Formats: sequence, structure tokens, C-alpha cells
Amino acid sequence: MRLLTHNMLSSNIKGVTNGFPLLIEAEKFIEKTVDFNPDFLKNMYPKIEWKALVSAATSMGYNQLPEEVEPSMLESEEFLKKFHHALLELHLEEGALICPETGRRFAVIKGIPNMLLHEDEV
Amino acid sequence: MPSRIAQIKLVSGHPEVYEPCDDSFALVDALLADRINLLEHRPTVCMEVGCGSGYVITSLATMLGQEGDGHHYFATDINLHVVRVTHETLKAHGVHAEVICDNVASGLERRLEGMVDLMVVNPPYVPTPEDEVNIDGIAAAWAGEENGRTIIDKILLIADKLLSERGWLYMVTLTANNPFQICGIMRDKGYASRIVVQRSTEEESLHVIKFWRDADVQGEGKEPTSTNKTPSASVMNSLLSQLPRLPFWSSGS
Repeated sequence: MRLLTHNMLSSNIKGVTNGFPLLIEAEKFIEKTVDFNPDFLKNMYPKIEWKALVSAATSMGYNQLPEEVEPSMLESEEFLKKFHHALLELHLEEGALICPETGRRFAVIKGIPNMLLHEDEV
Repeated sequence: MPSRIAQIKLVSGHPEVYEPCDDSFALVDALLADRINLLEHRPTVCMEVGCGSGYVITSLATMLGQEGDGHHYFATDINLHVVRVTHETLKAHGVHAEVICDNVASGLERRLEGMVDLMVVNPPYVPTPEDEVNIDGIAAAWAGEENGRTIIDKILLIADKLLSERGWLYMVTLTANNPFQICGIMRDKGYASRIVVQRSTEEESLHVIKFWRDADVQGEGKEPTSTNKTPSASVMNSLLSQLPRLPFWSSGS
């Protein structure tokens, strides 16, 4: 599971008002190279919750992202490469995503998050 | 010559996972036939709901390209065995999609709203008695209730939420699902539609329908309410006028 996916996942449990971002419990993570495409990154940037990405990356051992982004940074290849690395190349293989409100754990096994809700959570 | 779609011999299997069949092939053929349009359209976020063996999402990622080309893929399915098989199929073909085990897209719905440029769906659609819907295992792949519409209707609601302004949806339907009515429902939500592939076998008639947002469609008045819910004359004419042109408008394909 990439951090782009993590940035797009929220807890949809009944009654939860703020299910984003899910906290990451990382047991095993790896890095996988992905082709760099600056346009794709600039396209995605407005939809990314930056603070959530920064803390997710930190939980995976990557601390190179700036805490805040100035618009001019989007023209810097150096910044875009760090953004690219955090967003697409860090993979959570084993662990869990945790609902910030209820503490409910969604397991991540072999890189696949299981977001299925139980009957009483729907 | 490199393959543009998934190769059957590389598609993983599992007793609980729906093997690619006529409906999967029809959907991939529809996408392949529209490949030039799809490439020009440059969908950034692409999604398959109900990924089964992974045949469709793998074919899609193979034919359009990956992140380097500006495309990112998500695939979801309610069955844990399915998502693992999809993952294996993708890996066997050297392509990547983010695979998530979920009921349609419940975990993605909020954040991905209005962001999906391309959605493909081969829903469970075989009409079954109500008690078979939402059961576990491989039967979930084909149980769709009454005229097979429960899950289709749910997926259409979610698709409307997730699709971007320029989002395209390709969906496989059976005649028994009443595709004209589906098009009518989508028209009320502001979508134009076109049957892009039609196949008839001995057992069923499949239609792959493409939907896209169209301001002109939205501008037209609402259908007059009627108790038997027949589609409007203009929807019928639009769809019927396309049928004689289809080269495979006959039994077999």
C-alpha cells in the first residue's frame, strides 16, 4: 500500500465524524521504484492532505518532506523527487491502519489494506 | 509484439475467485476498442470496482501505461481471496495497481470524491432470490437480486460521487438488468451513454455501456413520472439507433 492510497483512505465506520487520517502501525515496509512524472505529481498535489503525508512518511522512516509547502516548491525537481518518493515509492507491506476516532484496526497484509466493515459498523 | 492486455495463462486462480469469462472479455474488448480515446483523455486516477481475477485491471494498466505515463490505478473487491489473486495477476504481468479489500469503495469514498477519471465495473448481475445477496465467497460474484440490480444501483450511486467532471464509466450489464432503465437513471444524473460492445451467447446478452457527464443531457427536462418506468423516447431512440451499426448484433461474437 502506497502513501497515496493511505492519503485517500478514511474510516467509514458508522457514527465516526473524523476518520482521517488513519494512523499507521508499520510492521514491514519496503521501497519500490516508480517512474518519475512531475506532471502527475503537480496534478495530485492539490488533493493531497500534506500533514497526513508527512506523518505517514515519518512512520515509514522517511523524514525528508518539508512540514509545509510553498507553491514555488512545485517547480523544484529536488522537492518533487522527495514528494514522489514519499507518495509512490514507500510501501506498507504488513501492519495496520487505525481509525483515529475509534481505534479500530484495519489490517494491511501483503500490501493490501482490508477496509471491510463489520455488520454493526455500517 | 507486446501484449496490450492480460494473458489468460498468467491470470491467477482460486476456487473462490470468478475466472475471466465472456463478460470480462467484453469489458476488456470495449476498453481496447476505445484505447485511442482513452489515451487522449489522459485519465489520471483509474479504478476498477469488483476486480475478480484481476484480468480487467491488468489489461487496463497494460494498455494505458503506468505512473510514468500519468496513470494511477485502484482496484477493489469485497472478497479477500479475490484481492490477493488480483495482486498476483498484476505482478505476473509486471504492472501495478493499488488493491484494496472493500465493499465497493467505502474507505475511499470521502477522499476520492470527484477524482476518478476512469471507472470500470463488471458487477454481479445475475438475478437471484433476495436471500443470496451479500453472501460470502464466490457466489458474491454473481448474486445481484431480482433483476440483478441491487449492487448495480449501489455502484452507480458511488460512481456518481467518485467520478470527476471528465470521468468515464464503463459498465457491463445483462439485458435482464434493464440497461435502458439504467441509462435513464444515469441520464437524470447528467450522464450521456452509449453501448460500446454487445455480445449475445446462448445463455445471456451482454452490453458494455459507457457513461460520461454531459451538460446538454443535464439541461433537458426531467422525465414525466410514469408507473411502469419506461425510458424516455429520446433515450430509447439514442440507444436503438446505435444497435444496427454494431457488427456483432447477432448471436455469437
